[in-house]
Amino acid sequence: MAWRILVGLQDGIVDARGERVRREIHDHLGIDLTAVRTIDVYTVDAALTEDEVLAAATGPFFDPVIQEYAINRPLARDFDMLIEVGFRPGVTDNAGRTAKEAIQYLTGRRFADGEGVYTSVQYLLCGDISAAHAERVAHDFLANQLIQRWSIVAAADFDFGKGLPVSIPKVAVGGQQAAPVQEIDLDVSDDELLRISRDGMLALSLEEMKVLQAFAADPQVRESRRQVGLGQRLTDCELEALAQTWSEHCKHKIFAARIDYEDTVTGDRQTIDSLFKSCIVRATREIRQRAGKDDICLSVFKDNAGVIRFTDDWSLVFKVETHNSPSALDPYGGALTGIVGVNRDSFGTGLGARLLFNTDVFCFASPFYDQPLPPRLLHPRRIFEGVVEGVEHGGNKSGIPTVNGSIVFHERFAGKPLVYCGTGAIMPAEVNGRPCHEKQALVGDHIVMVGGRIGKDGIHGATFSSEELHEGSPATAVQIGDPITQKRMFDCLLIARDRGLYTAITDNGAGGLSSSVGEMAEDTGGFEMHLDRAPLKYPGLKPWEILISEAQERMTLAVPPDKLDALLTLAAEMDVEATDLGRFTDSGHFHCLYQGQTVTWLPMAFLHDGVPQMRIPARWVPPTTTEPDLPPPDCAATLLRLLASLNICSKESVVRRYDHEVQAGTVVKPLTGVVNDGPSDAAVIRPLPDRYAGVVTAHGICPRYSDLDTWHMTANAIDEALRNYVAVGGNIEHVAGLDNFCWCDPVESDKTPDGAYKAAQLVRSNQALYEYCLAFGVPLISGKDSMKNDYQIGDTRISIPPTLLFSVIGKIDDVRLATTMDAKQAGDLVYLLGRTEDELGGSEYYALHGLLGANLPKVDAASALQRYRTLNAAQRQGLIASCHDLSDGGLAVALAETAFAGGLGLDIRLAALDAPADLPDATRLFAESASRLLVTVPVDQADRFETLFAGQSCRQIGTVVEVPALRIRGGEDRLLLDTPLTELKAAWQAPLKEM
Amino acid sequence: MAEKVKALVIAGNGTNCEREVATACRLAGAECDIVHIAELLTGRVTLERYQFLNLAGGFLDGDDLGSARAGANRLKHAAVRNSSATLADQLLQFIADGKLVMGVCNGFQLMVKLGLLPALDGDYLRQSATLSHNDRGRFEDRWCELVVDPQSPCIYTRHLERLYLPVRHGEGKFIADNATLAAIEGRHLGALRYTDADGRPTMDYPDNPNGSLAAIAGLCDASGRLFGLMPHPEAYTHRTHHPRWTRDPGLPEEGMGLWLYKNAVAFIREELL
Repeated sequence: MAWRILVGLQDGIVDARGERVRREIHDHLGIDLTAVRTIDVYTVDAALTEDEVLAAATGPFFDPVIQEYAINRPLARDFDMLIEVGFRPGVTDNAGRTAKEAIQYLTGRRFADGEGVYTSVQYLLCGDISAAHAERVAHDFLANQLIQRWSIVAAADFDFGKGLPVSIPKVAVGGQQAAPVQEIDLDVSDDELLRISRDGMLALSLEEMKVLQAFAADPQVRESRRQVGLGQRLTDCELEALAQTWSEHCKHKIFAARIDYEDTVTGDRQTIDSLFKSCIVRATREIRQRAGKDDICLSVFKDNAGVIRFTDDWSLVFKVETHNSPSALDPYGGALTGIVGVNRDSFGTGLGARLLFNTDVFCFASPFYDQPLPPRLLHPRRIFEGVVEGVEHGGNKSGIPTVNGSIVFHERFAGKPLVYCGTGAIMPAEVNGRPCHEKQALVGDHIVMVGGRIGKDGIHGATFSSEELHEGSPATAVQIGDPITQKRMFDCLLIARDRGLYTAITDNGAGGLSSSVGEMAEDTGGFEMHLDRAPLKYPGLKPWEILISEAQERMTLAVPPDKLDALLTLAAEMDVEATDLGRFTDSGHFHCLYQGQTVTWLPMAFLHDGVPQMRIPARWVPPTTTEPDLPPPDCAATLLRLLASLNICSKESVVRRYDHEVQAGTVVKPLTGVVNDGPSDAAVIRPLPDRYAGVVTAHGICPRYSDLDTWHMTANAIDEALRNYVAVGGNIEHVAGLDNFCWCDPVESDKTPDGAYKAAQLVRSNQALYEYCLAFGVPLISGKDSMKNDYQIGDTRISIPPTLLFSVIGKIDDVRLATTMDAKQAGDLVYLLGRTEDELGGSEYYALHGLLGANLPKVDAASALQRYRTLNAAQRQGLIASCHDLSDGGLAVALAETAFAGGLGLDIRLAALDAPADLPDATRLFAESASRLLVTVPVDQADRFETLFAGQSCRQIGTVVEVPALRIRGGEDRLLLDTPLTELKAAWQAPLKEM
Repeated sequence: MAEKVKALVIAGNGTNCEREVATACRLAGAECDIVHIAELLTGRVTLERYQFLNLAGGFLDGDDLGSARAGANRLKHAAVRNSSATLADQLLQFIADGKLVMGVCNGFQLMVKLGLLPALDGDYLRQSATLSHNDRGRFEDRWCELVVDPQSPCIYTRHLERLYLPVRHGEGKFIADNATLAAIEGRHLGALRYTDADGRPTMDYPDNPNGSLAAIAGLCDASGRLFGLMPHPEAYTHRTHHPRWTRDPGLPEEGMGLWLYKNAVAFIREELL
């Protein structure tokens, strides 16, 4: 029978969780409640004695000091409305899993199949609240109907004797009578082919479906299939495997496409054969050739993540992923699986790496958005809160410090939020005499799946994220991550790696087993996998579901026969599930069986190279925009407004929710300065306690420039990342980049009439990426693209601004030479490195006026590179007290941040800037010209500093003073601004303080 | 040469800080093994060969049933292979032998929920106080000023006055009933308190980051050999850990957190070797 164990707080104990919920219900929904209290409910569906249930209730489930419990009777009292929220069947319930394990320890007995513990939470709402409002609270705040269900009871209707009825969210076992494998007839009309693709969530085009049609009709194929006992029609397993492997998400068809590009300005026409090959791969190849023996790259593009040299005996791994589509549907689960997912990417690189740090960059619409929302879109505030909490749990619980990130706001991100999650890792250069960054599955190795079990969760994630968000977007694409199961797996796999128990490893992400095993099998040229051996969360999964499920926390290993026992024993001892699913072969085929019957027999070559190349038209017509003619502004008031704008204001309330110093390596933290609240430009980590070599990571992102020209958007993103990187002391000669494209659909169609323009934006961005990486000598080692960031329901279409996140990872030889952005002492001299131009286009200053302008900042890579090298030299010689990058809001914002972070005033003269003589004061203050850095230097180092920068753009523009105010003089020495730091800081901290 | 102090850190099931705790122990002069709990449950490793047990920070079992509850349940009930003595038995013997146990953050939560702290009546497996959700209802990472109770029997805080360490938790609010709290105060077991800038114990956020009663940040048992604290001493063993190290050239190389480990190692050298 099923038991209900309820646990609540004793009277008089503050319910901090309930109080937070009450506060947020007010903030999110404007509904005022006098109090909210919470009760945890454990529904135990297992054969236990009364004593065992009592032991559980009074043992692991409740805290005798502050809590009370009840078994099969309610605890709820003194409330007006009760909402109980639980998971839908099959949704990952981490607390339920832990509760089950706790009972097993207690009884010394394992649960039988089908037995389980399911958790839910009762919210007791007090106050004048209607049923309709309660429904809103449940639907719009407490629960997400895709993964959760709820019941609402008013106090008047509540049975205080029995409480709510027991309900068990057990997955109903599907009827196994129906043939487990369906065959699909592709010998049909084009319309029918398209219907099959659409209804099956295959996301395959007509052209691709016709390739499959021809494949199935090929006599040789038919003969080969006959020999393994397959019919002429493709099975659902085969069709699904092909759809996953050929999905935009996995195959990057747009970056591999043949693009006919026309630049209507220059009249230049060219055909580009794969942006990936001709821009990204090419840049890295040429840089590596140029670097020769100084090449820092070890593994690029081929693995889950890129690998570069760190020291002679250690290597660095970095990967950044996006998880936009799932986060749009369920911000918490989407972001959580995003972070634990990219953790697996970096972990599963080479033979395995230890995770060092996380980064996160989010792009949202304003959380204060107050217009009606189109259907199926969640409110930006809810997305903000959910995503932040997801990354918080993913990072903190995994014991990985979140050291760097930003939040970028733009109204068009209401259509799709962007959630970039990055993970850096470290690996020994060699393990057991083999390079750790290489892997190779061998014929005869066992296919071993490690970690979590397989369920229906995450089915069609890969194909779903290859489409825009529409009515039919599947709930199964939404998942909850389980950091602890993954942490156990990682603990175990690091030991297995060092004992040499496997020859290759990769994670199960998009496409599940079909992708991970399919990719590893390219080493050997085939595999044989028995789907019925895979451990399931619950019975009733069809073979094709087992094959493509994206259930989390799973890695796939290639284990030599003589190591299999050792690996399985180790895993069992460490409470990690590991299952032998079959062998890697050289059959040349993607061969899956179910209960002994062959269910897939696909030539590896066809699977991996059979997808036809897309052809995409691209036409560049520059937008016709002009520079506005604004009257000279009130500089003080403008600066205060800029500091309080969402893109510039303090993100401290978010940063503090992330553990940014676990592992005790974070030397430059996200927050710095005299009271630990200034905004650091980048993070410095000391990964090895026995030496001072440091890892530096930073990023650049500027989608606001995209509406003018993605060429300059890209150049500025690259420069911003490197600017931030060198600001803290990162070595410009030892740095690599990652490109993460988030685009709106660039393929011209009825849905996307402006596809050719969006494709041209993509081409220009990639061409700039090539040019500037080459110019800066920064190799690209990994990247990802997410190409369908549009929202389309009815006539409403929202396309995000094309967005490139450029992340960098590199080295500082000695972390003790790192510099932070806060002014250090009165009397220091203030220098501005880099020239200020008439470049207000796309600036935050224009955004204040709702304007875009035209003059985008241009990046001069040659002079920037010389500047960054010289800055490194100054840092090594210890000449610099502080260094801060200029970006959003320009010089004025950088000055304010440097001043209030250091708790010291600045006296500044704009006339001293290196700029065109007639450049107005407002432009000098707010232009976002690239490659500029604000530096403070002790007086006694000034000569050496100026000597280093002789012949470069380097001007002393003022001094650091005791008086806690920012004082700026403009032309004719006019006092433009004299504002106390307290006022500047208050404005900067206000907007998101309470998020 | 003198026998080395032997420390261990238990890892696994969501423990995160085992590496830096081991580093701190080594910097303090001890040998330190990081031992996965599976090694203890298989009986391949036993506690008896060590003098200093470290329970490190993390999220045991995700803190899914409340911080460290499931972890405490495992320690109490998990059987050790081919042995009649459970892990709990080994732990009680370890304590009876007068050896040292220090729990940080999740390790402190684990000690309190097992009953190791404050253990006023000497019953080390009966919980008598707790650590619960911060008053703000959120996880927070911030550095805190701490003051030592000079009259405390705590051997870890001997000769120390003020500390500056980071807290990184969502469930750090110390709670006990009035009688228990009075006994803790009377016997000076609250060895470490959150203070304002002037070193006065405070209940005001953010100086007291979680609303702990009596501003208690660290707690020991009557013997002073069992000690738990929410702040992370292993996170400040070198000057570059300090959030303002780039502002203060005069900051000593050695971080304040290391002092606690050095006191533990010195105590073991004097009393247990």
